[in-house]
Amino acid sequence: MQQVFTRPASLKDVQTHFCPGCHHGTYHRLVAEAMDEFGVQSRTIGVASVGCSVFLYSYFDIDVVEAPHGRASAVATGVKRARPDSFVFTYQGDGDLAAIGTAEIIHAANRGEDITVFFVNNTTYGMTGGQMAPTTLVGQRTSTSPYGRKREKDGAPIRMAELLAQLDGVAFSARVAVNNPRNLMDAKKQIKKAVRYQAEGKGFSFIEALSACPTNWGMNPIAANERVGTEMCDYFKLGVFKNTADL
Amino acid sequence: MTKRLFVKGNEAVAMAAVEAGCRYYFGYPITPQSDIPEYLSRELPKLNGEFIQAESEIASINMLLGASATGVRAMTSSSGPGISLKQEGISYMAGSELPGVIVDICRSGPGLGGIDASQADYFQAVKGGGHGGYHIVVLAPSSVQEMYDLTMLAFDLADIYRMPVMVMADAVVGQMKEPLVPHKRPDTPLPPKEWAVRGIGDGGQRVVKSLYLGDGELEAHNWKLHAKYQLLRENECRWEEFETDDAELLVTAFGSAARIAKTAIMMAREEGLKVGLLRPITLFPFPEKAYALLTGECKRVLDIELSTGQMIEDVRLSVAKDTEVYFYGRPPGAGSLPTPEEILEQIRKYY
Repeated sequence: MQQVFTRPASLKDVQTHFCPGCHHGTYHRLVAEAMDEFGVQSRTIGVASVGCSVFLYSYFDIDVVEAPHGRASAVATGVKRARPDSFVFTYQGDGDLAAIGTAEIIHAANRGEDITVFFVNNTTYGMTGGQMAPTTLVGQRTSTSPYGRKREKDGAPIRMAELLAQLDGVAFSARVAVNNPRNLMDAKKQIKKAVRYQAEGKGFSFIEALSACPTNWGMNPIAANERVGTEMCDYFKLGVFKNTADL
Repeated sequence: MTKRLFVKGNEAVAMAAVEAGCRYYFGYPITPQSDIPEYLSRELPKLNGEFIQAESEIASINMLLGASATGVRAMTSSSGPGISLKQEGISYMAGSELPGVIVDICRSGPGLGGIDASQADYFQAVKGGGHGGYHIVVLAPSSVQEMYDLTMLAFDLADIYRMPVMVMADAVVGQMKEPLVPHKRPDTPLPPKEWAVRGIGDGGQRVVKSLYLGDGELEAHNWKLHAKYQLLRENECRWEEFETDDAELLVTAFGSAARIAKTAIMMAREEGLKVGLLRPITLFPFPEKAYALLTGECKRVLDIELSTGQMIEDVRLSVAKDTEVYFYGRPPGAGSLPTPEEILEQIRKYY
């Protein structure tokens, strides 16, 4: 019998701590598949961030450096400059990358660091228990926006993929989702590009990955998955915002 | 290399870093240390190294963290306000057992303060300025030659003990010019960096981290770090003694304050006063035994600092029983650097 589906070699054979219905596990798999496809696993150095993504080293079979909250792209800069032949990526959540780490991500992108950044946007701080994030949608109730996020007080949710696409140093910026098979297949394609471009030395690649967070949204996995396709995709449009790598 | 150069203290730091094999520098401009990044921005590219002027001190300490995690020799430098910003990263480096050299050319504070020499960042450097309870090695040069020698030593100690090492000087030592005799880096045996990340193609998975959530893991990790600090206390204390043999008053000071004190002691000796100097070179580990030993005979100590008194706490904890510890300090700021005559007056007062 021919085996047609298997665990990517870049992932360990372990259970994750992710909640049922969370999309982190799916993104882990897509990233690992892309690493396998381009044969970069053995020379990959991942940079873990703070939040639900911190256990990168428990799930990926790669070398990992753990960064302070928000600083992953600065840590990755140091890693890549010291070992330019390595495949270096960060995997960060929205609180980490779009709030406390805004300066670091903008300047790493602007320098055009030859790294790949996977940014998982679930509109909340997952690990700390569902507080308001810079990506929390207007009106969304969280544990620190109990009356709903207010645009006039909290500002509008920040669109990182579009924002970074403005910078000359960025070679590739896209937003993807995995809430349905069509989106998942496209996400797979874009993630592969983001890995390939670094393998080819094309420069800074950024993937914003929309994710459900059923636990902190107070939804069941099916309702949370639907919210990604409706409310989230309405505000955070899927697509490629910049691609100078293939020009 | 027997040539004699006439250079600034900050330049000596940068030259020593290059000689020590450091090829990666990450920093942000701040007075009075900017000669260091300026020198390295010129020299490192010639050596296939990397110089990054980061967007902040926070980014630069984290770039250092990342580069050090790969096993290369790397450094950053700053001064008071910037060193405050680096504390987060220093704590993570200490927790992750990463080597790395941090140069602190102290200026005066608190807040924006001023750009004059100060020793008021002693607590921040020596007591673990970031969160979580840790130490880093702190070296306190008092001359341009020592800026060179101790920077080189800093890289070795960082690699041997797998921890951040700070070279802490101030605006006086950083900015003044003195003769320097550069030399090759010493042939110190160094442990292999088997822990460094380089991709699993070269062995099993390596993880550089400071998060320990398993039952008992973090406690064990902290005891492991503590054991290193004990080892440092036993093996790496460095200090200078000057005219201490027959001293009836022991002056103690570090860095630039010790230079002024030394001149005052020579003036006092000319007056027939038996005064000596104990100058700690390592502020952590603090040379406790040297204090205990010298105050076995000499029961009067005069501590001099460019602050309202910080090292004096460690001096009091280290001296032999029944030792009287006096203090003279000038908080930093324009016009506050004491003259040798001023110190001599204090020597006469407490002699």
